[in-house]
Amino acid sequence: MTQQNSDPAYKVDALIAEDIDAYLEQHQNKQLLRFITCGSVDDGKSTLIGRLLYDSKMIFEDQLASLENDSKKVGTQGQEIDFALLVDGLAAEREQGITIDVAYRFFGTEKRKFIVADCPGHEQYTRNMVTGASTADLAVILIDARKGVLVQTRRHSYLCHLLGIRNIVLAVNKMDLIGYDQAKYDAIVADYQAFADEIGIEHFVPMPISGFKGDNITGKSANTPWFDGIPLVEHLETVELNNTLNQAKPFRMPVQWVNRPNLDFRGFSGLVSTGSIKPGDPVRVLPSGKTSTVKSIVTFDGEQDEALAGQSVTICLADEVDCSRGDVLATADAPPESSDQFEATLVWMNDEAMKPGRGYWMKLGSQMVTATVQHPKYEININTMDHLAAKTLELNSIGVAEVATDKPIVFEPYGDNRALGGFILIDKITNATVAAGMLHFSLRRAQNVHWQPTDISRESHAAMKNQTPRVLWFTGLSGSGKSTIANEVEKQLNLMNRHTFLLDGDNVRHGLNKDLGFTEADRIENIRRVGEVAKLMVDAGLIVLTAFISPFRAERRMVRDMLPEGEFIEIFVDTPLEVAEQRDVKGLYKKARSGELKNFTGIDSPYEAPENAEIRVNTVEMSVEEAAEHIIRQILPLK
Amino acid sequence: MRQLTHLERLEAESIHIMREVVAETSKPVMLYSVGKDSAVMLHLAKKAFYPSPPPFPLLHVDTTWKFKDMYALREKAAQDAGMELLIYHNPEAEERGINPFDHGPLHTDMWKTEGLKQALDKYGFDAAFGGARRDEEKSRAKERIFSFRTASHGWDPKNQRPELWNIYNARKTKGESIRVFPLSNWTELDIWQYIMKENIEIVPLYFAAERPTFEYEGGLFMADDIDRLEKVMGTKPEITMKSVRFRTLGCFPLTGAVESTATTLSEVVQETLLTTTSERQGRVIDKDEGGAGMEKKKQEGYF
Repeated sequence: MTQQNSDPAYKVDALIAEDIDAYLEQHQNKQLLRFITCGSVDDGKSTLIGRLLYDSKMIFEDQLASLENDSKKVGTQGQEIDFALLVDGLAAEREQGITIDVAYRFFGTEKRKFIVADCPGHEQYTRNMVTGASTADLAVILIDARKGVLVQTRRHSYLCHLLGIRNIVLAVNKMDLIGYDQAKYDAIVADYQAFADEIGIEHFVPMPISGFKGDNITGKSANTPWFDGIPLVEHLETVELNNTLNQAKPFRMPVQWVNRPNLDFRGFSGLVSTGSIKPGDPVRVLPSGKTSTVKSIVTFDGEQDEALAGQSVTICLADEVDCSRGDVLATADAPPESSDQFEATLVWMNDEAMKPGRGYWMKLGSQMVTATVQHPKYEININTMDHLAAKTLELNSIGVAEVATDKPIVFEPYGDNRALGGFILIDKITNATVAAGMLHFSLRRAQNVHWQPTDISRESHAAMKNQTPRVLWFTGLSGSGKSTIANEVEKQLNLMNRHTFLLDGDNVRHGLNKDLGFTEADRIENIRRVGEVAKLMVDAGLIVLTAFISPFRAERRMVRDMLPEGEFIEIFVDTPLEVAEQRDVKGLYKKARSGELKNFTGIDSPYEAPENAEIRVNTVEMSVEEAAEHIIRQILPLK
Repeated sequence: MRQLTHLERLEAESIHIMREVVAETSKPVMLYSVGKDSAVMLHLAKKAFYPSPPPFPLLHVDTTWKFKDMYALREKAAQDAGMELLIYHNPEAEERGINPFDHGPLHTDMWKTEGLKQALDKYGFDAAFGGARRDEEKSRAKERIFSFRTASHGWDPKNQRPELWNIYNARKTKGESIRVFPLSNWTELDIWQYIMKENIEIVPLYFAAERPTFEYEGGLFMADDIDRLEKVMGTKPEITMKSVRFRTLGCFPLTGAVESTATTLSEVVQETLLTTTSERQGRVIDKDEGGAGMEKKKQEGYF
């Protein structure tokens, strides 16, 4: 070990043994810095983290004993301690010798407590790195001094920059292996500077280190007398925190929960994302725009005279204004915008690629809405930063696209406020988190198109027709009998003096949707348009019948979500593939089997059968008339 | 402008997590083990929902082998918080008389792992708060704050949802449940500092006192219930009175005591800071199955 480790500034404090109360007093008021370390296995990332834990005495004797033991068994450092083994957690990873997930490590010095997100560096783990970077104030980009700036260095730097990390440390590691050569170090820094300028990184702090030997980690190394910067730990202890920057911004608090223990108390609970607020300050509730003033800031420890960014509080207002989960409390004179159309950068995180046009849940702060993503404007090659044309985004790819939400959300550009600009997309069927996104700006379109209120309501339309409007959504394979049965149902309803309209898949494709083909994306758009048309017709008071294969659960769900509860009746025309294929009324199965017809449902494109359809008809057992009667019986009464 | 301290930041984060769970799940519960981490978690819950009481019950999955002092504090803490306390004993473990001496790892498996699954199923809870921290153990370091369990309560470390910023995806399909760890980012020292700062009541066993102890397989244990010990061990253990305390609390025959004279909180913290062995070393549970003990237990549904 080199000399700087014999007396590191933050080794266990003598004060602990001498005067514990004084020590605790001193440590009550530490600050918290979260940072991420980026680098690949060979860059010595785990070794650096292990070193930080070791030097800050976060490793106990029993752990050290098992570490020494493991180092000899599987370590890569011969008889020396392999710090990397300390931080590689899961069993599979220990065997493979790589880190495959984000792991969080903790250590502290006298001034600060640190949470380190330890992330894998390979390209296939981009999503893990993005996850780790999302909460970081600072990034340590590790470079192997023998190798210089590599493709992965560029990738890691880009991702950190994308996630809005302003403090970047360029840690040129393994300096011991190049003999602490200043010229080589300077060349690497110059290289990186050129790259940083190219992608818009305004500022970074380079330092020559050795995680293995301990150079410039806790103290200035005697091996690099030419280095005029400060060592890593000192930098981590003094760099400006995001939380400090956030306090200087205008006040915003997404409302998480309305606290209502009794009729006399109504408080709005949330985590203040930026700014600060005091009792008496005017605030605005968004998106409604209603204003009030802060009456009190209530906590378990009594009323507070101020709420600051980073605190979880409960705010009571002076007036009875409508405010619920998903709303945002903001300073009255500088509120954030609302919009329903955005440009955003998306990081795709799921094995199933993005489906343009499909409805996903979008969670932003405490707001949850349905969002659809258009075809990407471009995908970004994260190694070269080139923009590529793309139809979709696959796992670990990053692109820029337009995002539309089903109702306006309160937002700020990600660069101004991570809490109101960062969002996740959730698959509505699997509930998986499929993407992370960062909003850039609102597309003005949404702001200029307003809802025009009309005097004749959907209720009066329905009342005039003496019926309960709804959508009878027939789904099933091609040739299952959807159109035939829907036609029969409509005939019966007409005999009963009901006002109906039948939207048929083939017919709609001759007009409204003639620009669409049969790719997955086009099928989704087909259903979205039909859903919107059906919705207008239901608003007009009609009973709408639709006959579309509509093979994907997610799109049927999307249409269901467009309509008031109970107005979407899913009818599964359940015909086995063999039967439908045998019928082959339009000769399409034959074409599909011969390869003449691509993307044919049931053959080379999937059909996702409904799991909880309101009505199911079995066309093998029922005649057309029986099926129609069965359906009508289920939807009675019609008013 | 005022810099928030690390404890204020941690507190705010934990409260935010708890409020998200209450807003987005239908039937949450807080697992309460009566230890110091549970005490901190309960205290944070009181803060998160004040002036309302925390809008969920406490659940203690009991093994019947906890220390008497723990049972005493359990009732009091629930009452003070104005919360319902549910206690669950695995009926099969009770019937078969599963105990830490005769049944080894099966004791933890039946009473705790199986007991927890049964209790969650019985009451239909879809989210359960647990007091685990990432600094406790290597596989915990990689677990999400919102950790999903299949309908059979399994954990798949390879298939965790990405967790970005402070946005948590609490959506789940029927049968699935979530374990939520609001103390994920706290360290042992943070817990102690917070207990001091907030004056949180903890079980007296954390402080040194003269207690009846016996040695068993190289460890020092407390004879909290001598008659019962004799019954299952076959012989009466040899009791020595010693000044001991506990760094972590579980079943009394499984939780190693440390000799200590620390009788105040600051002395306990002092000892913690100067100590050279990790917190869980006193517990037998992590050691079986080689290095991957905890990870394996979690895949099977242990908290």
